[in-house]
Amino acid sequence: MENWSLFSLCVLLGLTSRWAVSFHSYSGAGKPPMFGDYEAQRHWQEVTYNLPVHEWYFNTTNNDLNYWGLDYPPLTAYHSLVCAYVAKLLNPEWVELHASRGYESHSHKLFMRATVLFTDILIYIPAVLLYCFYFCDGSSKQKVATALCILLYPGLILIDYGHFQYNSVSLGLALWGILGLGLGWDLFGSLAFTLALNYKQMELYHSLPFFCYLLGKCIKQGLIGRGFFQLAKISLTVLVTFALCWMPFLSDPKQPLQVLHRLFPFGRGLFEDKVANTWCSLNVLIKIKTLLSRETQLFLSFALTLLFILPSSLKLLSKPNLWQFKLALVNSSLAFFLFSFQVHEKSILLAAFMLPLLVKDGLLLPYVVTSLAFLFLSLYLLSHLTRTNEPLFWYFPFLVISVATFVWLEPPAKFPDLFPVLVSILSFLHFLGFIIYFNLVQLMEPQRKKSQKKTN
Amino acid sequence: TVMAAPMTNDQSWFYALALGVSFLKCLLINAYHSTDFEVHRNWLALTHSLPVSQWYYEATSEWTLDYPPLFAWFEYGLSHIACFFDKEMLVVPNLNYASPATVLFQRLSVIVADVVFFYAVKECCKCLREDKGKDLLGKPSFILTVLLLWNFGLLIVDHIHFQYNGFLFGVLLLSIARHCQNRHFEGAFLFSVLLNLKHIYLYIAPAYGIYLLRCFCFTQSNADGSLQWRSFSVVRLVILGTIVLSTFAVSFGPFIALGQLPQVLSRLFPFKRGLCHAYWAPNIWALYNIADKAFSILARGFLRCLVICALGSFMFGWHVHEKAIMMAILPLSLLAVDSRKDAGIFLMLSVTSHYSLFPLLFTTQELPIKIFLMLLFTIFSLASLKTLFRKGGALLNPLEVTYLLGLIPLELICEFVYPLTVWQKTFPFLPLMLTSVYCALGVTYAFIRLYISLLTCSDTTKKTKMQ
Repeated sequence: MENWSLFSLCVLLGLTSRWAVSFHSYSGAGKPPMFGDYEAQRHWQEVTYNLPVHEWYFNTTNNDLNYWGLDYPPLTAYHSLVCAYVAKLLNPEWVELHASRGYESHSHKLFMRATVLFTDILIYIPAVLLYCFYFCDGSSKQKVATALCILLYPGLILIDYGHFQYNSVSLGLALWGILGLGLGWDLFGSLAFTLALNYKQMELYHSLPFFCYLLGKCIKQGLIGRGFFQLAKISLTVLVTFALCWMPFLSDPKQPLQVLHRLFPFGRGLFEDKVANTWCSLNVLIKIKTLLSRETQLFLSFALTLLFILPSSLKLLSKPNLWQFKLALVNSSLAFFLFSFQVHEKSILLAAFMLPLLVKDGLLLPYVVTSLAFLFLSLYLLSHLTRTNEPLFWYFPFLVISVATFVWLEPPAKFPDLFPVLVSILSFLHFLGFIIYFNLVQLMEPQRKKSQKKTN
Repeated sequence: TVMAAPMTNDQSWFYALALGVSFLKCLLINAYHSTDFEVHRNWLALTHSLPVSQWYYEATSEWTLDYPPLFAWFEYGLSHIACFFDKEMLVVPNLNYASPATVLFQRLSVIVADVVFFYAVKECCKCLREDKGKDLLGKPSFILTVLLLWNFGLLIVDHIHFQYNGFLFGVLLLSIARHCQNRHFEGAFLFSVLLNLKHIYLYIAPAYGIYLLRCFCFTQSNADGSLQWRSFSVVRLVILGTIVLSTFAVSFGPFIALGQLPQVLSRLFPFKRGLCHAYWAPNIWALYNIADKAFSILARGFLRCLVICALGSFMFGWHVHEKAIMMAILPLSLLAVDSRKDAGIFLMLSVTSHYSLFPLLFTTQELPIKIFLMLLFTIFSLASLKTLFRKGGALLNPLEVTYLLGLIPLELICEFVYPLTVWQKTFPFLPLMLTSVYCALGVTYAFIRLYISLLTCSDTTKKTKMQ
């Protein structure tokens, strides 16, 4: 069968799973007064449509920041504005200032879900296809299999089409950035990644590898001459993109400061909810949240993040090739997730460990189905296409048992949070293992037969 | 370089496909379901709560029992598992009861019953001619498995609209497979069971009857394919008769004993006298022609005959539901992976009739699903059959391609453009009419081509029996 038909089948399977998941509940459905992320997105459409730009990030009589105030960079706001225009065309009640708070209806849900699908098709899915086509090793069958696995990845599907978010936009733009870098189009790649960063500040997790890779590449080309010009062009691209995105907020110095204040709420604690990172897990043994002052917490998280990110970044700086770049991305995001301040569980986008959140949203069924399907599919394809006998097979029953335990057993009354905490701690240990493993791989570069001939 | 593992000598791909489609079906649990959902809930309730003597008299709900007794027993069996999900669904007066547990149970029952279909497909694959050394995606058995397990019509009719066609077609395909494998008694038994599960399969009963008479009761035929009258085996006829009659006896027996046969029949065939003649006459006319030719047709013609019976009854019957087209498409899939001409006819018929199922799912929420799944199935069948028969030119001629492409503007007009016009209020049924008329062209064309192939097939005595 031809490649294009195989890839189309993958896309269609991905799209069908996405839309089928969207039939289910969303975050905060039917739960006044605050509802959830779905209502937050709807509220942002309301705010951006009805209020002038300089009021978007400020606490005014018309804009109550305590009720889902904007806390993403400007590009998200512009996106909400565009959606709001469409919403106004379909049904003005959806974005009525104040009156539309907590608006819930079947047709509105369809509209919101459709906006996610639209941006997914526009940005994320083409990036995945191109990535698999150009940057995956192996036969065309392996490329198609990789594309299928990526497109069926439950974490993204469940969060975007279940819980309700637009991660496909930021991840898609970041992926375009990686594509650009991989094809040698550094300016395009920088542009795409800067846009990703201006969509969700979470992309900072990936920023250091991008920076080190590009800087390292320029240094290699010689800082006097070509390399310098390249660096200048990249910096200019980044700065201009930032300027364009933040333009409405540059008239008054108070504006960008307030936006930054909203994006990085150091006022909130070290962590919220049960998240599988170091601080939450450590808190079980030593109550660091209350023991240490906020300044100390900030310093500690900053220091540890930097500590874990430094080896990987320096290695990339010295050896700026694509393989190093990919590993650095993994290591950087893991480091940020594990050690930084105010991390939310969604930051990891790893389905297995978001179970408590998804159960709260009423998404147990799609969670179980998509996770099992994904695990089975990837293990099956892995064993058939690469002839490796990974000891990953033990993961399957392990996850099934842990899910079953979580769903069916009642925790003892003394520890009502026992299972979510256990899940967090176990996940944390996994991630700690991953970050150590991937750092070792990146730094030591064990024998890689096929990638030796890879050039930039 | 990394070598791809040879996948031809293990059957795990079958289970992967089966598991994959089951996952997809699970994701559709919360999709729209039609009144058929309530129909089956009602039958669960009445078979569970009422004695057998009441089953065909119960009329609290408008959805009275109108399937043969074996299906009623099937629902009765299901109802015992339903107890563990939600006892309230088994209460007859609970009309339109659809709690989450009820939906989950009913949907799961369809998904689990499909196991019969999986087994039948596996058996059918054994009847195919296999080419050794082909890569997996090009193997006829792989293509057939996908065409059947991932069939668009079954997915949206069974797992969204809500019915048990997968289970029923499983019994049909298993019966066909048994005939291929020369296990005729089992095949006959399975078909009798099928008739007692859903009487719509009476449409293809003539094909069965004639085939069994011709190819099984006459143990030998002459060199040119004509009947050898002396080889008629009375023993075989008697055994077949016993099997069929005893199946019917087990099924209808209790009701005959209760003197309820007329009532049961009136539920199964809800026609007045006059309408009855008008309903069956065109069928018999169509079938007579087939029967005439069928006597000289060899085993391969059996499937073809079956498909034409099904298609003929679809075309000429009055009370036919568009879902009945599945009866023609599924057996035709078996023919499609075997011959180029049949593949071409299959593509025409399947794309057209799958599109004709679109009006079944009229909700906005299900619109993307039906489009994605339709594209999925169409692209797969086009690409895989094209690869399978790449030697020998295109499968579809330009006119056929144009016709099929015409479905795209038709869909855009009917589903997107027309509802925004003024005429939507005054002529709301125009899109449906357009769809029906357009699809009828394709179905008729396929029927004519199949009929012609049946006639020409009988002239070629070189074709060997499938045995």
